[in-house]
Amino acid sequence: MRALRAGRLTYVVLGLFTLGSLFPLLWTAVAASRSNTRLAQTPPPFWFGGNLGRNLSVAWTDANMGTALLNTAVVAGTVAAGTVVFSTLAGFAFARLRFRGRRLLLMLVIGTMLVPPQLSVVPLYMMIAELSWTDRLQAVVLPALVSAFGVFFMRQYLAQALPAELVEAARVDGASSLRVVWHVVFPVARPAMAVLGMLTFVMAWNDFFWPVIALTQNGSPTVQVALTGLGRGYIPDQSVIMAGALLGTLPLLLVFVLFGRQIVGGIMQGAVKG
Amino acid sequence: MAETSLTDESAAPAAVLPARAVRAGDRAGAWRSRRYRWDLRWSPYAFVAPFFLFFAAFGLFPLLYTGWAALHQVELTDPDTMRWVGARNFTRLLSDEFFWNALRNTVTIGLLSTVPQLLIALGLAHLLNYRLRGSAFFRVAVLTPYATSVAAATLVFVLLFGRDHGMVNWVLGLAGFDAVDWQNGTFASQLAVSTIVIWRWTGYNALIYLAAMQAVPHELYESAELDGASRFRQFLHVTVPSLRPTILFTCVVSTIGATQLFGEPLLFNGGAGATGGSDHQFQTLGLYLYEQGWVNLHLGRASAIAWAMFLILVLVGGLARLLRGRGEGR
Repeated sequence: MRALRAGRLTYVVLGLFTLGSLFPLLWTAVAASRSNTRLAQTPPPFWFGGNLGRNLSVAWTDANMGTALLNTAVVAGTVAAGTVVFSTLAGFAFARLRFRGRRLLLMLVIGTMLVPPQLSVVPLYMMIAELSWTDRLQAVVLPALVSAFGVFFMRQYLAQALPAELVEAARVDGASSLRVVWHVVFPVARPAMAVLGMLTFVMAWNDFFWPVIALTQNGSPTVQVALTGLGRGYIPDQSVIMAGALLGTLPLLLVFVLFGRQIVGGIMQGAVKG
Repeated sequence: MAETSLTDESAAPAAVLPARAVRAGDRAGAWRSRRYRWDLRWSPYAFVAPFFLFFAAFGLFPLLYTGWAALHQVELTDPDTMRWVGARNFTRLLSDEFFWNALRNTVTIGLLSTVPQLLIALGLAHLLNYRLRGSAFFRVAVLTPYATSVAAATLVFVLLFGRDHGMVNWVLGLAGFDAVDWQNGTFASQLAVSTIVIWRWTGYNALIYLAAMQAVPHELYESAELDGASRFRQFLHVTVPSLRPTILFTCVVSTIGATQLFGEPLLFNGGAGATGGSDHQFQTLGLYLYEQGWVNLHLGRASAIAWAMFLILVLVGGLARLLRGRGEGR
């Protein structure tokens, strides 16, 4: 690693990048605090107005954002929890357990990462239509509950962070596999589980293509479905649309403010090993 | 009492136990060791089973079934009735001008979004690799667009790119340019859609490059410096070649992402449905699949488009392998 000291110009350019990254979000808040008529005037507003409360409440009730936020929290929470647990179990098995077909199965896991989700969307829709799951949250939770990336991520972490001797020692003590998982693997894997959980939560929260197909605006929408409804003219008031976008983004921004460092670390970690 | 303590202390080797306990525990011990062997043998499969079960149900089966559905006429209103049509869904794609239009748009928008995105990300990563005060802040800041959903981002950019009162045209106006019709112009709309993609993914890719840059051995730079290479030449001749595998990786991932582009063109259109603009000027393959399946209700045709997209990805993957092979051969 090399660490040259940054010059003043570096800070200026990075400042511009920061501004460019944050400006659309800040302006979402500005537009959400204005009125539809003000947004149809030139020049566009640069500072907050007094309409934020009104717009938020219209978005919350009329655009179903309240339900959508709750639904998305349930969906993203379940998906993240399921992915973390299943990935840790499988990652542990691939990293530290000996069984017939291990290499082949691991290659299969990696192979599934290359299959684009859009390829399976038509039959998936036929399936949930058959099961009468359209507009039910399980339609978007169950297909997302396991992740090849997650399995691979946990395997790579455990292969390096979990000493084989530790597992052996627990075995000699007569611990069953489940006890090994509970008392040895989970404690060791905790940092990686947290990172994987956050990454999965963000991805599940922002999942777009499949939820837009499986759920509807007035049934049980996720945030993305409700925002799609707004964008397609459900409520023709730009300031309300921006209030909806703000509501749908704030929870993730909060996650980023609290855990941004860990998420950055997770992405960089995944990059080096992946 | 003895029984419970035995199960709890299954850890202790039998020899240490009092003789009475061993006798009492003989049968239990045999059962335990059988259970132990059984556990050792089958637990690994139990641990990987959830992944494969869920993948089989919601990944593999639909994947294969897409191929089957593509050979039928299936309507969304009645998905149980499938009429065999052979390859007709595929042959009609060949003469379908909207399909070719969507393919063209996907390639153009893919290039417009991927190339600048990765170049900017490379430069940004280079800057982030300096010793910085507040480096954690900058890293999180450039990643925040990644936390913004496609929907939220596109809705904002629709306003920013508004023809009459949008911020972009206002700034252009200050600089003396005419207003651009970002929604109806062909190139303009594709550029606008690409901008959304670039905004959301540049920071993410920069972090991936940054991770790779930090793994480049220091000595390479030192010897380059001894050879009198300027910082820019070091970047060009040390950093970029060392990052080659990572760059290829991000190219592949971004290309996959570009092929599937859907949310941005859907919502950039406002209320006008899934056509991708009044003249289909920014309709991508992903959006065309959705339009055929869920607007025009032809699930069989949508499946054929899905397979066409898959074919494109296979081609891209083959190309990447070829490039990597050449890189390693040098």
